[in-house]
Amino acid sequence: MIPEFEKFKGFKAKSMPKEEPLACGHRACQGCGEVLALRMVMKALGKDVIVCSATGCMEIISSPYPHTAWNVPWIHIAFENAAAVASGVESARKVLKRKKKIPKKHVDILAVGGDGATGDIGLQWISGAMERGHDFLYVCLDNEAYMNTGVQRSGCTPYGAMTTTSPPGKQSFGQVTWKKNIPAIMVAHNIPYVATASPAYFLDLMNKVKKAALVKGPAYVHIFSPCPTGWGSAGERSVEFARLAVETKVFPLYEVIEGRYIMSRKIKKAKPVTEYLKGQKRFRHLDEAHVDYIQKRVDAEYEKLLRLSEMT
Amino acid sequence: MSKRVGIEVSIAISEAVGLARAEVIPAYPITPQTHIVEHLSEMVANGQLDAEFVPVESEHAAMSCCCGAAAAGARVFTSSSSQGLSLMSEILYIPSTMRLPMVMVVANRAMSAPISIWNDHQDIMVQRDIGWIQTFAENGQEAVDLTIHAFKVAENRNVSLPMIVNIDGFTLSHVIEPIELPDQEDVDKYLPPFKPRYKLDPRRPITMGPVGIPEVYTEAKVAHAMAMKNSRRYILKAWKEFEEVFGRKYEPVETYRTEDAEVLLVGMGSICETAMTAVDEMRDQGQKVGLLKIRLWRPFPAQEFRKAVGKTKILAAIDRCLPPGAVCGPVGAELRSMFYKIPGAPKIFSFVAGLGGRDVTVSRFEEIVDKARAYAKKRPRELYEVIGVREK
Repeated sequence: MIPEFEKFKGFKAKSMPKEEPLACGHRACQGCGEVLALRMVMKALGKDVIVCSATGCMEIISSPYPHTAWNVPWIHIAFENAAAVASGVESARKVLKRKKKIPKKHVDILAVGGDGATGDIGLQWISGAMERGHDFLYVCLDNEAYMNTGVQRSGCTPYGAMTTTSPPGKQSFGQVTWKKNIPAIMVAHNIPYVATASPAYFLDLMNKVKKAALVKGPAYVHIFSPCPTGWGSAGERSVEFARLAVETKVFPLYEVIEGRYIMSRKIKKAKPVTEYLKGQKRFRHLDEAHVDYIQKRVDAEYEKLLRLSEMT
Repeated sequence: MSKRVGIEVSIAISEAVGLARAEVIPAYPITPQTHIVEHLSEMVANGQLDAEFVPVESEHAAMSCCCGAAAAGARVFTSSSSQGLSLMSEILYIPSTMRLPMVMVVANRAMSAPISIWNDHQDIMVQRDIGWIQTFAENGQEAVDLTIHAFKVAENRNVSLPMIVNIDGFTLSHVIEPIELPDQEDVDKYLPPFKPRYKLDPRRPITMGPVGIPEVYTEAKVAHAMAMKNSRRYILKAWKEFEEVFGRKYEPVETYRTEDAEVLLVGMGSICETAMTAVDEMRDQGQKVGLLKIRLWRPFPAQEFRKAVGKTKILAAIDRCLPPGAVCGPVGAELRSMFYKIPGAPKIFSFVAGLGGRDVTVSRFEEIVDKARAYAKKRPRELYEVIGVREK
């Protein structure tokens, strides 16, 4: 077990941190699930943090010069390389501490990016940083497409979803591939902590982010982030969709601590996937056969995960 | 006391980086830069240098890591070449406008295709406009001195720009030369610890690398261009201080036997050594020929260059870079635009030579001078000429 976790008792709804490292007044869309998740991430981390942001929605909505929503040090260099930038920050702090040029106090280093920045264009940079073992946490805010550029498909776009580059038509039913399993790729790097989280379960999310920060070495948290603009869903239903994704087993919540899979929430009686799919314009063109396929595959993937948790 | 040793130039550069007490060194191997980073990792491994050597997974990551480390307040060094430098390209524009000081030695090498590990200047000319200060070293001693000088300039708060020292791949990187390695004490005197004006620090949070909306983008770029222009005086000042501490004098443009010259060769980097021999031979034959070496490439020292040209009427600019479809090579273009419509300007002829590791021999320089003289009488049909192309 990880010794750093022993003292951590978890966040409580009654005593939430009052600090807002990510201030309100940013320019995110109404009902943005991603900025909601990011706010919780930052609440969990507090003020002793350095944020390295990838290009994307969260970067542009929070930093249009001369405004900034950041009450903590924050840097943005480019799209694919937040993990490499974080490697640099971490290395610098290591040597500067050794040389007594900065205080010894621990500061968390957070790299954050969307699903495109993490799983597609940035995969190599993240892989490199994880493999080298830098002491940092990487948070992927997965809204399942390139939303910042206008809803193009990514490797994390779910099967069947309509995006501007996976449009349904006579020859197509939308995204033809199954969602890329980024957490599994991170687990394959043998890093000490990997987790999935959802803003619908905010205490669980914050606890996981805190654990990712506490653990020595690299850690990864993959957060499901509803995007009303890209999904064609109602802004006020973002949290509901985040919850439905968990309750339908579409996005299971789990931790992988030193290679051991631990289900955060076992879904005994799952809701049918249709409850999650309906209400989102990106899925409304799907016929019964495709929905059936999704249901079967979701069940199978969940079974696979349960087996992993039993095996490890 | 500084010591004069026979040492491979790459190793000497690493020693200079060590003397400069670099703190974070993200690096990815590429021929012919490898010996520099190998030796640096060795120095870190055996405790000679207290630094973090970050063995990143690509040059793009190396430059990204450099940005993070410089923003966090560390003294940063990296080195690259050719394809690797091009892979960094996306990021190279960023630390310069964000004013993050760092030093990179580029072991200049040709660009693919065809793949070639050998020396020319095409890799750095691709990156001409990245907004880094750039110098060219002619020999091993210069490579060492310019590396130490680069930290001094880059980290000057009035400059705060990243800096590249160009050294010719193999021709410099892999040769053993007698080099005077400075004393640690002298380097410490010359180069105080890096104290950035801004850094990533939770005690004083700042936002770095924000979105530049149309209302501010132009101003950000102009501020960068102004910083580049203003850096000139600090570059010169740092060379003057260098001379005071180490006794070796550097200027942005160096002249060799330019007195009463009718023709001046203009070159950059290690070919200048051969060019000097060529000038000597031509002078022995009674030809009035001299050489101008461009040591500071960006910001281009126009003022010093005009002064160095003096009354000479014929310039032969030598580029080790062939940009297809352009009117001539970048050095030729720089000189032509600099002298455009200036009364009494010299005639400038552009030559391309020494691509992909082909040696530029003494006789080639003589050929260039002969051609420049001929073209001064009868205008050439082409705006530039490639020297030494085999027809069969």
